[in-house]
Amino acid sequence: MKSGKFWAWVVFIVGAAYFFIPLMATVEFSLRMRRGVHSFDAYQIVLGDARFQSTFLYSVIAAIFTIVLGVLIVVPAAYWIRLRLPQLRPIVEFITLLPLVIPAIVIVFGYIRMYGSNSPLPFLGSNMGANALLVIGYATLSLPYMYRAVDTGLRTIDVRTLTEAAQILGAGWSTIIGRVILPNVLIAVLSGAFLTFAIVIGEFTMASLLNRPAFGPYLQNIGANRAYEPAALAIIAFAITWGCMSLIQILSRFAPKSANRPN
Amino acid sequence: MAEPFLSIQHVRKSYGSNTVVQDFSLDVEPGEFVSFLGPSGCGKTTVLRMVAGFEEPSAGKIVVAGKDITRLKPNQRNVGMVFQAYALFPNLTVAQNIAFGLKVAGMPKADADKRVAEMLEMIKLPQMADRYPYQLSGGQQQRIALARAIAPKPKLLLLDEPLSALDAKVRVSLREEIRSIQKKLGITTIFVTHDQEEALSISDRIAVMYGGKAEQVATPFEIYNRPATKFVANFVGTLNVLEGKVTDAASGKVQVNTQEVSLKGKLNGSKSGDTLSLALRPEAISLDRQPGHDTSLSGEIAEVHFLGSVIRVRVGIGGNTVSLDTFNNSATPPPVVGEKADISFSSGDMLVLH
Repeated sequence: MKSGKFWAWVVFIVGAAYFFIPLMATVEFSLRMRRGVHSFDAYQIVLGDARFQSTFLYSVIAAIFTIVLGVLIVVPAAYWIRLRLPQLRPIVEFITLLPLVIPAIVIVFGYIRMYGSNSPLPFLGSNMGANALLVIGYATLSLPYMYRAVDTGLRTIDVRTLTEAAQILGAGWSTIIGRVILPNVLIAVLSGAFLTFAIVIGEFTMASLLNRPAFGPYLQNIGANRAYEPAALAIIAFAITWGCMSLIQILSRFAPKSANRPN
Repeated sequence: MAEPFLSIQHVRKSYGSNTVVQDFSLDVEPGEFVSFLGPSGCGKTTVLRMVAGFEEPSAGKIVVAGKDITRLKPNQRNVGMVFQAYALFPNLTVAQNIAFGLKVAGMPKADADKRVAEMLEMIKLPQMADRYPYQLSGGQQQRIALARAIAPKPKLLLLDEPLSALDAKVRVSLREEIRSIQKKLGITTIFVTHDQEEALSISDRIAVMYGGKAEQVATPFEIYNRPATKFVANFVGTLNVLEGKVTDAASGKVQVNTQEVSLKGKLNGSKSGDTLSLALRPEAISLDRQPGHDTSLSGEIAEVHFLGSVIRVRVGIGGNTVSLDTFNNSATPPPVVGEKADISFSSGDMLVLH
């Protein structure tokens, strides 16, 4: 075996061990609830817990609303920037990166000050308002992933020519976006959607400080008070995230193929 | 004269201080096939895009069938367009692509299906209805794009360098197909190209463009044989340009190197002592004196290129070099470089470039 190949395998094995050993240890620990034997007791307790079900459902609904809001904001914005305002692209890319730089706790404190019950926009004065604010906050947090996914999708098609081809055939803007652009970037949009879903399911800071009954604070609460259940929950959350990632991979196989190829 | 179907009137287009189209005017008759021919950056595509509605003229107006469409949006113009990059919708099948414009116009499905079938027959690809664009060759994609553009029965068809992305063989067959479909449907067509052979072979008229202006608008025969400007003469076909000096304006005598040529009636106000550019097409020149050739010049064979059926010979005449083509004849060996040679031509074929 060549020495280059040998070291490549060493690096791979060390990397895989770094990733898999804690995961396997967590799985093993989550199965030890019953003394002396391995069992799924911790999983049964977690999955049977009414708070697990309600907080998980809450986060799933919040994720769906976040995805819809994100798609409504990002798809037309990214499309318009590619079509008419390419000079604004660096600025928009910078803005979409801000949620990675500004910690969620700073954003949420800003929200609390801006949208408190005494402010002109009292989002936090009602449950519905606080839920809406949480979704808006999540849409902000997912902006870097959603924008990049959609922009990458748009890069694979000739946005300008397809738009002009549809226009000259009589199509208006809603037809162009709905029937030409969106179907061709749907897989990219879904990638962004699953990333958003994974972020929202595990998010703690915003949900906790806005006092929302979400899955993130529930995870933290269980982790602080129980021994085996947090390990089971960590594995469940991990499975959900990896499930989302796998779906992105599977769906990307169905992406419309580019029509441009030589004779 | 009949009312023009398309009338482009004094159209100008500027981007800031950069004027890309200057005072462009053109009338196109119903059913006519007009090509915009010119080098990159001459403004031909910009004029086409203004007719399509993708660019708004800075001045002037565009009238189609008596209606001013200058400020109409592209989707309100009822114009069909074929793009260089095909622009088929990758998520739709061939049939769905062709039906797109019909569906947008609200045509009932049964009628749309019938029209799609007609279009597929017309472009001779009836078996391709369920394929996706990525499953087709470039030539097939462009034929589908043509069918898609024609399906809604547009008033005007715009072709923006539709053959540029195709290989040479497909290009020739598709340009003939485009012309035959256009003639059959009688649809008024504007074709943008930078390929002179394409423009000469399929157009009713050609507008040769340069620097945002139409240098000459005429039939292919006129453009080739009677170019109006030096640019047209140089851009279309191969041209020999000889520098000459008027020695006697009254009798049309012009001196080329040390030899004299008679160009009576062609000097258009030139005075004795003026220098002129004289042009001759290679096919107007012979190495031996032909019947009807009234002028000859002596020179020396500078280059000989054997191209199979044709031999291209370059003859040096003083400071000028003249190219001419002779047919290959197995009984006659080609000229030899360095040999003395007399070229002959009809003075009537010589153009004075202004």
